[in-house]
Amino acid sequence: MIRATILVSGDPQSLGRGAEDVKLAIEAELSFYGLENEIEVGFGGGTTRAEMLPTVSIYPEGVIYGPVKPADGALIVEEHLYKGRVVEHLLTPPDALVSGRMASLPAGKEGKRYAEKRVVLRRVGVIDPNNIEDYVAHDGYFALGQALTTMTPAEVLNVVRESGLQGRGGAGFPTGLKWSFVASRPEEVRYVVCNADESEPGTFKDRMILEGDPHAVLEGMALAGYAVGAREGWIYIRGEYVLSKERLEQAIHQAEELGVLGDDIMGSGFSFHIHVHAGAGAYVCGEETALLESMEGKRGIPRIRPPYPTVYGYHGMPTVVNNVETLANVPPIILNGAAWYHTLGTKRSPGTKVYTIMGDVQNTGLIEMPMGVTLREVIEIYGGGMKEGKTFKCAQTGGSSGSIIPPDFLDTPMDYASMAEKGGGLGSGALLICGQDTCIVDLASVLLRFFKTESCGKCTPCRIGTTRLLETFDRLCMGQGKAEDLAALESVAQNMFKTSFCGLGQAAPTPVLTALRFFHDEIAAHLDGHCPAGVCPMQAPPAAPTTRHKYIS
Amino acid sequence: MPEGSALNEIIQKYEGDREALVEILRDVSQAAGYVTPEDMATIAQRLGLPQSQVHSVASFYSLISLKPMGKHVIRFCQDAPCHVAGGREIWETLEQTLGIPFGATTDDGQWTLLTTSCIGACSVGPVMMVDDEVYGNLTPDRVREIVAQVGGGA
Repeated sequence: MIRATILVSGDPQSLGRGAEDVKLAIEAELSFYGLENEIEVGFGGGTTRAEMLPTVSIYPEGVIYGPVKPADGALIVEEHLYKGRVVEHLLTPPDALVSGRMASLPAGKEGKRYAEKRVVLRRVGVIDPNNIEDYVAHDGYFALGQALTTMTPAEVLNVVRESGLQGRGGAGFPTGLKWSFVASRPEEVRYVVCNADESEPGTFKDRMILEGDPHAVLEGMALAGYAVGAREGWIYIRGEYVLSKERLEQAIHQAEELGVLGDDIMGSGFSFHIHVHAGAGAYVCGEETALLESMEGKRGIPRIRPPYPTVYGYHGMPTVVNNVETLANVPPIILNGAAWYHTLGTKRSPGTKVYTIMGDVQNTGLIEMPMGVTLREVIEIYGGGMKEGKTFKCAQTGGSSGSIIPPDFLDTPMDYASMAEKGGGLGSGALLICGQDTCIVDLASVLLRFFKTESCGKCTPCRIGTTRLLETFDRLCMGQGKAEDLAALESVAQNMFKTSFCGLGQAAPTPVLTALRFFHDEIAAHLDGHCPAGVCPMQAPPAAPTTRHKYIS
Repeated sequence: MPEGSALNEIIQKYEGDREALVEILRDVSQAAGYVTPEDMATIAQRLGLPQSQVHSVASFYSLISLKPMGKHVIRFCQDAPCHVAGGREIWETLEQTLGIPFGATTDDGQWTLLTTSCIGACSVGPVMMVDDEVYGNLTPDRVREIVAQVGGGA
């Protein structure tokens, strides 16, 4: 039985750099250990940048080594295939794989999971989230201990700033900068708030972190508190996440018993308390000032900004508001240093990003990858390809308020900067992959119904704009579009983007604007009474209770 | 809420903290199915807040109901990822199986059919919550099965 496949890159460049000898060395070593009948060796296609060649890819794990010399080949066999340990120092740096093509799946190996680069999720599914000892055994609270005993708050802040960590909630604001705003305030009382109001459709990365590794978030918050001089932290968690809330409360209890949270942590004199506040169902509360209003027991309506929460936050005091994933990135950064963080991801967007993949791909779920991996790589390697009979038509990146992007984007590196340059966005990391049978007009009306429902109603552009956009798309679905509709959509969407009060109204027209830009012909076809994907009814619904009109209104 | 003592317990749990208004209302709604005008009056008085503010908060959040609910509440996710995964068929199946449109409660008070925004289980869409349970990878047959199963005990 074959249990593993080794592919040595066999393109002309690799052969010129000694791929043949690497393959021979691997084969010789395999016979030495008597593994030649379990492991097959072959030449694969070209991969990665020239200076990383030749590479050696091992499946089903999907581990890629490179550049590999013949002597390394023997080591890889002994360590990886005989003893079962990855040879860390020979791994191809993740960023080197980005612009090149990764090795394609050998036939018959579909459906296997391929190696990711896990930083935030490294303990999820590995430890028992209800047991603090499991967390500690996996380097848990080491970063906090190191910071409290060997670093000043300014040094902690500096490491985070130098790491280039950007907010993982969607906007990508530099975390270190945000912290320094709060640290420099004159007020004595400051707060750290963890935004766990994850409600963006298609996004469930924070839930997986909270349920799988709750202490990572607590440790990140304590480090943030130490760096900015806060004594109190709050986790605002959405009301629907019942299990996450239980896990967090238990984790806080255990951490206080162990003395890694609460008064005088580890005898350092630093005290930090964390409380959990559950929401009651409102998407807009993910907006940081609406979140603060909700925490204060009010309607979740955004505040006027500036002043930003870093100046006037919870109870009017300087407040750091960070996303769950952002905070979970902090302990490994403190532990391993800013330079280590820069070895992951791209130059402008260091680190890893947790993506959720769903829609018309074989494998849906959650992956963590270095910033800058392309959408094609995500779909082909981690998504296992498109579902049978489907071809890629479009993807929505970043949840419901994300861009709808065409196939041209498949090879664009996914990091905050590159996506923005092409007129797309990365948002919360949700990747909704749609096949050819998806209708853009139908998709847009589903998205707009969500925003119409969730608009808080405070400002006119958002309240009326979402309603008008939805009405127009509904008309297009029913074949009742008017000639001026396309221009009206563009104008309403632009005005919402420019004049809405908060991020909800500013982001809601993004799918409309990107759909108009990239799928103009398909939307225009609806004006002529034709739905190219064959999804829209193209007629007014009968007045029965179970009509399509009801469904999207 | 039928028993005044249960309401008192919830208010006491939050130590009469005004900032816990959202949480108090949500807990009352979850315990009794909905919040009555009398409940809101009591909460306003106990927290020392105007009734208008209590009502304005109560009407803002989707997990706080001001109307009576059926014995079982179905919350069906109507967002894009579930839609792309076949949500429309599930929507129609739910309305046909229960014989009511979305937003309504059956005449026998057994079922309330609601939509919800994303519940963070997109990789197994389409998804619905029946009371506190989340059900994913729904098909029309599976929906009919779940409805029969949950309703069967009633």
